[in-house]
Amino acid sequence: MSSEKPQGRILIWFLPALTGLVRRGLAGWAILIGSAIVAVVGVITVVSPWISPYDPIAINVGPILSPPSFEFPLGTNHLGQDMLSRVYSGGAIMFQVAILSVIVCLVVGVPVGLYASYAGGHIDQLASFVMDSIYAFPGLVLAIAIAAMLGPGVVNMALSIAVVYVPSYFRIIRSQVLTIKELPYVEAARMMGAKGSAILLSYILPNVIASIAAIATINFADAVLTAAGLTFVGLGLPVSTPNWGWDLTYGRQLLTSGAWWVITFPGLMVVLLALGFTLMGEGLSELLNPRLQK
Amino acid sequence: MTLRSYVVARLLLTIPMVMLLLTLVFLVVRVLPGDPASLHFEKQVDPQMLMEFKRMLGLDKPIEVQYLDYLAGLLKGDFGKSMQDFSPVSQQIFSAFPATLELAIFSMIIMILVGVVLGAQASRSYNSLQDHSIRVFGIAAYAIPVFFLGEVMIMVFAIYFHLFPAGDRFYAGVTPMGLTLGDLHLETGLYTVDSILEGNPSKLVMSLRYLFLPSLTLGTVLSGIFIRLTRANMLETLQLDFVTAARARGLRERTVVYGYALRNALLPILTMMGLRFAALLGGAVLTETIFSWPGLGRYLVDRISFRDYTAIQGVVVFFGLLVAMVSLAVDTLYAYLDPRIRY
Amino acid sequence: MPLLDIQSLVVEYRTPKANVKAVDRVSLSVEKGHTLGLVGESGCGKSTLGLSIVRLVPPPGRIVSGQITLDGINVVRCSNEKIRRVRGKRVGYIFQDPMTSLNPVKKIRDHFVEMINTHEPGVSREDALKRASDMLQNLGILPERIDDFPHQFSGGMRQRVMIGLALALNPDLLIADEPTTSLDVIVEAQIIELLKHLKEALDLTLVLITHNIGIVAETADRVAVMYAGRIAELGEIGDLFEKPMHPYTKALLNSVPNITKKDQILSWIPGAPPDLADVPPGCLYHPRCPFVFDRCKNEGPQLLKHDNSMVACHLYDKR
Repeated sequence: MSSEKPQGRILIWFLPALTGLVRRGLAGWAILIGSAIVAVVGVITVVSPWISPYDPIAINVGPILSPPSFEFPLGTNHLGQDMLSRVYSGGAIMFQVAILSVIVCLVVGVPVGLYASYAGGHIDQLASFVMDSIYAFPGLVLAIAIAAMLGPGVVNMALSIAVVYVPSYFRIIRSQVLTIKELPYVEAARMMGAKGSAILLSYILPNVIASIAAIATINFADAVLTAAGLTFVGLGLPVSTPNWGWDLTYGRQLLTSGAWWVITFPGLMVVLLALGFTLMGEGLSELLNPRLQK
Repeated sequence: MTLRSYVVARLLLTIPMVMLLLTLVFLVVRVLPGDPASLHFEKQVDPQMLMEFKRMLGLDKPIEVQYLDYLAGLLKGDFGKSMQDFSPVSQQIFSAFPATLELAIFSMIIMILVGVVLGAQASRSYNSLQDHSIRVFGIAAYAIPVFFLGEVMIMVFAIYFHLFPAGDRFYAGVTPMGLTLGDLHLETGLYTVDSILEGNPSKLVMSLRYLFLPSLTLGTVLSGIFIRLTRANMLETLQLDFVTAARARGLRERTVVYGYALRNALLPILTMMGLRFAALLGGAVLTETIFSWPGLGRYLVDRISFRDYTAIQGVVVFFGLLVAMVSLAVDTLYAYLDPRIRY
Repeated sequence: MPLLDIQSLVVEYRTPKANVKAVDRVSLSVEKGHTLGLVGESGCGKSTLGLSIVRLVPPPGRIVSGQITLDGINVVRCSNEKIRRVRGKRVGYIFQDPMTSLNPVKKIRDHFVEMINTHEPGVSREDALKRASDMLQNLGILPERIDDFPHQFSGGMRQRVMIGLALALNPDLLIADEPTTSLDVIVEAQIIELLKHLKEALDLTLVLITHNIGIVAETADRVAVMYAGRIAELGEIGDLFEKPMHPYTKALLNSVPNITKKDQILSWIPGAPPDLADVPPGCLYHPRCPFVFDRCKNEGPQLLKHDNSMVACHLYDKR
């Protein structure tokens, strides 16, 4: 194996990381399996234009509502669209919405959380108050309300999800910052005259990043589920884009007529993707919260 | 601080929170889209008609006045008028609410039973196969979107096996009537309770049959988090000194696990339950849609397809108030159970 | 026959990384009415030893081999039910941290009533309450406080409650694991006085586990010094203090500041206790011992009789 080639180097990093995770027991496995699932789904989505047998939004490529067959392995829906192609490409939207909502959460939630909890006093009280109020509200209902008002679209869906999720980031960051803030070495730094922002960046942020990562992965999972949910109730995305959410909506109506395949396969994909992220998130939080140390 | 003063203090804190929520909803529905009235109509509409429409709904007044009207109306129990037929939204809300309440109660029962029992079991057999399988189940339950699970339930139990009905709440026309004693009529809107009040066991069975699949679906999905939480809390608590100290006094294992460990682990679980109520309502929206359950959730979704923004506002506000009240109740219960908070 | 007899006890903590012998072939005995002091640094295994006596070693710890006999009862092998009945009734246990040893949601009186009801179900509620009040009064707690919750008491008071609970059923043996470590000095003195008084009044057999040699000096008849899971020296209190034999014992005694000696340079023991997952060969103390010689590095010393005491050190092993 030549270590000048980039592939070689990646492999050299990759294998020890793999074994390192496996050694960490169940949590490590969870992260591994979760990331694998997400990676597989992601790759499928990315290469879908090349591997889809048919154009996912082209109608009448096959007979309407035909069950899974050799020609159409996952059947066709009521518009004669090939379900296999739709399953391959439906994830793109999910990923976009999820990634966008996480980015918004990070950009908004992290600075606010860091600043407010570090500053303390009234600012902290005010921020906590607002965040707690949002947090207490039923998430899906709030997302529905916002999405209903904003209208369809990837960005709007991402925004609705982000608004609902920012308080979670805030809370986690806040609880971490409050603990770290009081630690002796931070006090020492303060006494040596370090500026607030410097302390935040070099002392507090590195310790908080781990928890942020954990909640970001869970955020991904929730974003996927909420995006599917929003589309399911009729908000969210235009029908023209292949989207598992729409398949679920139509599939539900078609269920009673016996066409089980329209809802099942996209549904499974949503479950799989959410499961992948959830496993990653759970594994990460378990690793970061060693509970039963001797 | 006695329990009473705690409740009063808590109540005082709730009021600004509720205000914030109400304002938030108002901003989202009235201000965010710009003009909810024109948004309601998909096509261009005669400006005269639009003005009249707005006037009927009070949407023509300046925003500050609308805000005050909104708040004043809520105090009177007025949740606005529907854009579709100008009927009072509160009427719809209060007629649809019992259905959601019944679903919520039964889902909670399942959620608690499954979650707490499995979580406690998992913690007692730490790191065993039982522990791991329960945890996997918990994660799977959480990751499955509730509507997918619902569909699977319908497919398997209703359509394939014909064991349970696939939707709705009851046979039309013979809904449980509650208690009628001469002039006194008592009806809760909860079909199970009303069947009992009416003294009609077959209706009770019937309402339970309709209730079973939706509450099982919603309860299972929510129990996922519960299992994890109970297990984590129990594991921590079982390690605590007073548990070992209790064992050192020779108390029975059953007493130690339930009277000492669970009793203390339960406290944070209870708060989580209060928070979960909010999630329950969210999940109820989807569950009611799949199972055609005539509750608030389905009403909300219906209103969305009709672009009935004022009604949407009314329902969302109601949800918010509901959650606020429930969390107040939960906090009070918590204070009652944990003496450390109030003394 | 001694009340408590421990023979070659081995307690291990099994982790994926290593097996740690927290207690390694320890043998001890305590006669009825006597007080045994168990002394050592943190992590030397004394707490684990204490917990083993009532078979409450927390997992992943396990009693691997050896025997513990308590007034004829085989603690290691008896049934779960049997050992449960021993706890509280025949053996009282006082834990180190009174702040966390009481159930936060139970009133003090409920702690007592529950215990009495569990072990003596025939006792009526009034009688149980009366016994609890009497006990608390003996301990110096006002009877009207019996209805309060643990967090309403100070640390010293809570420790008194714990002592009360431990003695509520008149046990034969009392095990006190660092009873005063988390208390301030003045309260500590009070608690020690209380223990001494109770010991006399109730003819208790006491096992006092601590790292504080000072309180051992006041209360114990015999002392066992533990290091890294093994007994280094075991002897009468007078002998140990005047003629310590094991280098570790000497070092421990030297490191206690003496207020009467002027200009005393505070001495300490260089190095640190061994990582029990990775023990050095030979005598476990040899890396820190000023008297070390070749045999120490290769061969572990045995606990042998020398004069009136037992010591595990090659310096005294003339074989």
